[in-house]
Amino acid sequence: MIIVTIIKKTIKLQTNNILKAMRKLFLSLAVILFITTVSTAQIPSVQIKTVDGKPFNTKDIKSDGPIIVDFWATWCKPCVKELNAISDEYEDLVEETGVKIYAVSIDNARTSARVAPFVNTNGWEYEVLLDPNSDFKRAMNVVNVPHVFIFNKKGELVEQHTSYSEGDEEHLYELIRKLAKE
Amino acid sequence: MQKIIFNLILLTFSISVLAQEPATKGVLSGNLQFDGTYYTDTLSQSQRPESFGMNAYANFNYTYGKFSAGLRFESYTPPLMGYDPKYRGTGIPYKYLTYRSNELEFTVGDFYEQFGNGMLLRSYEEKMLGYDNAFEGVQIKYNPFQGIYIKGLVAKQRNYWEYTGLVRGLDAELIINDMFKFKNTELPYFTLGGSFVSKYQDPQHSSLNLPGNVASGGGRASILYKGFNLSGEYDYKINDPSSDNNFTYKEGEALLINATYSKKGFGVFFSAKRLDNMYFRSDRNASGTNYLINNPPAIAQEHTYALPAMYPFATQANGEMGFQWQVSYKIKKKSLLGGKYGTKITVSCSKVYDIKRDSINDYTAIGEKGTNGYQSDFFAIGDHWYTDFNVKIHKKFSKKFKGSLLQQYQEFNNNTFHVGTYHDMIYSSITVADMTYKINKSNAIRLELEHLYTEQDKGSWAMAMVEYTVSPHWFFVVWDQWNYGNEIVNDREHFYNFSFGYTRKTNRIQLSYGKQREGVVCAGGVCRYVPAFEGLMLSITSTF
Repeated sequence: MIIVTIIKKTIKLQTNNILKAMRKLFLSLAVILFITTVSTAQIPSVQIKTVDGKPFNTKDIKSDGPIIVDFWATWCKPCVKELNAISDEYEDLVEETGVKIYAVSIDNARTSARVAPFVNTNGWEYEVLLDPNSDFKRAMNVVNVPHVFIFNKKGELVEQHTSYSEGDEEHLYELIRKLAKE
Repeated sequence: MQKIIFNLILLTFSISVLAQEPATKGVLSGNLQFDGTYYTDTLSQSQRPESFGMNAYANFNYTYGKFSAGLRFESYTPPLMGYDPKYRGTGIPYKYLTYRSNELEFTVGDFYEQFGNGMLLRSYEEKMLGYDNAFEGVQIKYNPFQGIYIKGLVAKQRNYWEYTGLVRGLDAELIINDMFKFKNTELPYFTLGGSFVSKYQDPQHSSLNLPGNVASGGGRASILYKGFNLSGEYDYKINDPSSDNNFTYKEGEALLINATYSKKGFGVFFSAKRLDNMYFRSDRNASGTNYLINNPPAIAQEHTYALPAMYPFATQANGEMGFQWQVSYKIKKKSLLGGKYGTKITVSCSKVYDIKRDSINDYTAIGEKGTNGYQSDFFAIGDHWYTDFNVKIHKKFSKKFKGSLLQQYQEFNNNTFHVGTYHDMIYSSITVADMTYKINKSNAIRLELEHLYTEQDKGSWAMAMVEYTVSPHWFFVVWDQWNYGNEIVNDREHFYNFSFGYTRKTNRIQLSYGKQREGVVCAGGVCRYVPAFEGLMLSITSTF
């Protein structure tokens, strides 16, 4: 649509005016594109670990469907409540929407070795990552846990929220289903 | 002609901006945190004549292609009670510029870093604890080939509003399977790592011959095979006379071993640790949490409820040895004991002792200034310092009701650590019941009851907390911790709190009134560490 308008406009004007108009138009487009970048925020590249202790770069957080990055810790009871609640629905949700949940634990060296037994005992199927020195947490500007980021299929940040109350997961399922249809 | 060229340049620039992928556009993000307290007790009012304490932070991060830059503004006007008064003031103590490509990451400015388990080097921030030992200098991370990760830094260290000292560090981690491109994923997964950290501080004029450069180094290894994970780290520090060890010349050693096994529904964890003279600071005269280069992880368990954390045991870097283990099992759903949704049982234990110190010869006292300090048999055990034994059951009874029950026995050596006011060994039995009832789709009520029984120190405590949440925005919490068992009737204090708050997306605002002990508080949908206060507290957080 925008390209058609440009062509129509330029045909009408003389050479000097053509140059003047083009300059103004391209300049404003460039400025607009430059400013309106927050809505397409992507995941920064941070070197952390998988739940087994293998190196993992956050740039590899990818999926064909919507992506959820959920910051939690074994000592954070609301975080565990939220992930337990979603765990009951996760298998069905994945089948229905292709969503992938990355559960990033901010447990430091005191408790990070406990994360794998904790996750496995609970039977969580998420992709669990370890961020023991809070490097990824800092890069994503997380203040308190839990903090959930929701990305659409293109990898663009759509929504983020902190805190968990019983029933919050319903809104999350709605949003995931909506993003899967886009 | 000039005009045409100028316009062509502008055209090229505009098209290139249009043609660029979203990832190379500039992105601005950050967060804000504000905690302000109006104090009503006489002690706080005497230390904060302003009657208020206010901590505020704002982080701004800008990323454009391979570059990112950012800064943090901090304001302590004055700092909250529980924070060192040296924080008083405002400024920008944290700023950085980073370049990132596929193999190389280069930062100038302020940054955080951890080598291995942090026993030689760990700089991190925990704003609510008032802890920030950031580095300021240069940090390089290099991944030259698959499976090889090298990190290096040369920096000063943060202490309140200053950066001083000099630390140099180098760390390498080798992922054997990736380096040699093992195709078979059934093979065990090996990792090797090594670190070297050296600090320099002017020996100054001293009657002692103090070392300017103090080096430390260590190695670590881990094996991962099917559900097993075994890892270990050993670190060594040369003589480092400091105020922590009474200026003795003994070397320092640290050993940490972790072993875990888990599969669906079952997990086992075991950890053993020994520290001997492992305070490592940029300033040999510092104390407390100042100028710490390393941060050895604590061996005692982390407690997430209030009363079990009444007598907390912190890492003793001068020397300690201990172990902890945990077994967790989830009884299958739809079985007799498991119930409809399954039941999770966790049994755990931690035990910590002092190391055994013997004098180096007959005429030198243990820890005598200017000598080699003491000698210590690696496997000999010293005084008993701490034990806890816990059983925790978590069960979801129905769609509406779930709960946890925790029973803990604790032994705390108060003679050495003086957390309690009276007695040498404090023996306590603690019970916690945490139940949640979902009234309907968006309303829920949670009840937390805790009881600590002890015949020592100030006697027994009881606690009750009620939390009402309305998804997704509102919460109301009220709780009270009561020292009802105190022999001195007038000292039977109440630590009470009324809080309510509103959360919308990433904005959270909370107002609290009461008298609170410091600790981790999991209420209102998040868990955060809160300093002690008596009065009215307003907290605001936001991420953008």
